[in-house]
Amino acid sequence: MAAYLIRRLWQMIPTLMGVVLLVFFLFKYFGGDPAEVLGGLNASPDQIKAIRQQLGLDEPVWYQLWLFVKQIVTFDWGKSWATNEAVSNLFATRLPATLTVMIPILVLDVLLALPIAMWVAYKRGSLTDRLIMVATTVALSISFLVYVIIGQYVFGFQLGWFPVQGWSDSTLNNLLVYTPLPVMLAVAVGIAPQTRLYRSFLLDELGQDYVRTARAKGMTEGVVLFRHVLRNAMIPILTNIGLQLPGIFVGSFLIEVFFSIPGIGREVLLAVNRSDFPVIQAVTIYLAVLTMVINLMTDLAYKVADPRVVLK
Amino acid sequence: MSAVLSADGALDSALQKSEGVWHAAWRRFKADRVGLVSLIIVVAFLALITLSSTGLVAGKWQAEVGVPNAPPTFVGPAPPQAAGAIETPKGPNVDLSAIDPLAPRYKEWEERSKQFATAETVKAETLPFGADRLGRDVLAKAVKGTEISVFVGVMAALVATLIGTLLGAFGGFFGGKMGDFLEWVYNVFESIPNILLIFAFAAVVGRGVQSVVIILALTGWTGMYRQVRAEFIKHRSREYVRSAEAIGASSASRMFRHILPNVSHVVLVRMGLLTVGFIKAEVILSYLGLGVRVDQVSWGTMLAEAQSELILGHWWQLAAATLFMAVFVTAFSLMADALRDALDPKLRGLE
Repeated sequence: MAAYLIRRLWQMIPTLMGVVLLVFFLFKYFGGDPAEVLGGLNASPDQIKAIRQQLGLDEPVWYQLWLFVKQIVTFDWGKSWATNEAVSNLFATRLPATLTVMIPILVLDVLLALPIAMWVAYKRGSLTDRLIMVATTVALSISFLVYVIIGQYVFGFQLGWFPVQGWSDSTLNNLLVYTPLPVMLAVAVGIAPQTRLYRSFLLDELGQDYVRTARAKGMTEGVVLFRHVLRNAMIPILTNIGLQLPGIFVGSFLIEVFFSIPGIGREVLLAVNRSDFPVIQAVTIYLAVLTMVINLMTDLAYKVADPRVVLK
Repeated sequence: MSAVLSADGALDSALQKSEGVWHAAWRRFKADRVGLVSLIIVVAFLALITLSSTGLVAGKWQAEVGVPNAPPTFVGPAPPQAAGAIETPKGPNVDLSAIDPLAPRYKEWEERSKQFATAETVKAETLPFGADRLGRDVLAKAVKGTEISVFVGVMAALVATLIGTLLGAFGGFFGGKMGDFLEWVYNVFESIPNILLIFAFAAVVGRGVQSVVIILALTGWTGMYRQVRAEFIKHRSREYVRSAEAIGASSASRMFRHILPNVSHVVLVRMGLLTVGFIKAEVILSYLGLGVRVDQVSWGTMLAEAQSELILGHWWQLAAATLFMAVFVTAFSLMADALRDALDPKLRGLE
């Protein structure tokens, strides 16, 4: 186990270096000149020169890369170009809002999609199954935007059940007043593809011999489904949840923009619109690290879910 | 004896007229009614797009032909609003020319304005599917938006396919150092969440149709690479490829003349899925203001406008964009599914 962990962490290093190089060169050679972005439209050539010197843009490329790596390792990204807020502070203050919305979405998504998928898979081939499959195909072809626009209009504006948008300082208040509508809409939209996915995982297992054996020896359907099939389908399900986990730290950009939730996703989008490079670079790199760590933890979770799995 | 002979004869004719992959696929596709209907819908859309890109249809989508927010014809004209017009003052006109600093030039401007003819156009009260905030025909906008959105999706899918297929072919065929390097590049791209990668590229590339195509293609090629690579690894040591090598076919010839046609169905199926994904991504990017330019229209910019119109009760732009997108994307996905089943039934369930 320890050897496995060490080797996996060791393997992350080249990938991580690649991410750093990609982000560095992308912004260095394809992005605009940072000094001109920072200086604004009215900057004099002297000011531009001073900014270039301050940022180390006159230094050779390898030295700039070194500065970049130093920023990553020390978590010191300086200040946002647009708002002059420390980038670390920006993360610290925006993350709670994102998590307040995203964790309920993820939990509800899994808790709702799994039973529906089990029920649909169990009734496979029946009219219900086919109807649900057709409905999900059509539902998937309509843009996410449309659901949110209409949902916000109907439930927030017309019926007035929820505030159209907003946020407060108290987490409890946020959870009870401001998150229900975004969470409800995101879950409603996410449930169709999730159901399809889980259904296919469960169908794979339902066709196996051990299911027939379990039924033959007189197990009730409940035991067959929950104790046998579900446990075996756990690996692809865990993989899927693991794939979604990094997303909860950036949040759904659209949800945050639509509902004016002061989270990381909205901040990144603002940064893209303002050419605020440090913020985008920092989010991209740390999220890549997080994704790799989560992938590793998912692999470790396989072992817990299924003792037959050999980590090598 | 005769039975044996006739069996031989049947075998002979079967050998002479062995059915090609594409022919067999078309035969299977034709039997799939859902696939055929969706193919017809997609072709109809493509015809519409060709007409609109040549300017025959919706060429004047920017013309303000109706009154602002004119409702659709089947709804009827909007009730006249009580215009709170400012009352004209009743007193006599005061001569201000003595103190008005602009007074000396009024004559000159009047002369100049006579040189231009102003045409008074009659703005329609209703339009077939309503008008937007500026009085532009929503139906024409939706057609033009379809052109841009579908063009972006298809172009991005083509470029991503090209990148993914080339890299996958080299990685899978040669393996070794080059394969390791390409795997490293793949891992780097995969370790950054997709939407964030798109934003990072969008931050540096800028706006416009071409930029969106570049952004989507450069961030979306990884799935294609992975699959093509796996196919090339599988095929590179097959007998037909080794025979080609034995008669002196070069690496390039083996890769692109022998193996590629044999894996082209995989590429095609994956490309269909990519197109649907890219169309949806373009809509979201345009909605967020990172997509097409302001003087262009796509389904995403229509939805962005529709959001504020909906609050005023003008639902038609939202309905038009949604309807066009839903019909096209559903038909395209079903067509891609049917294509997958026809080309390679083994790929069923791949998504």
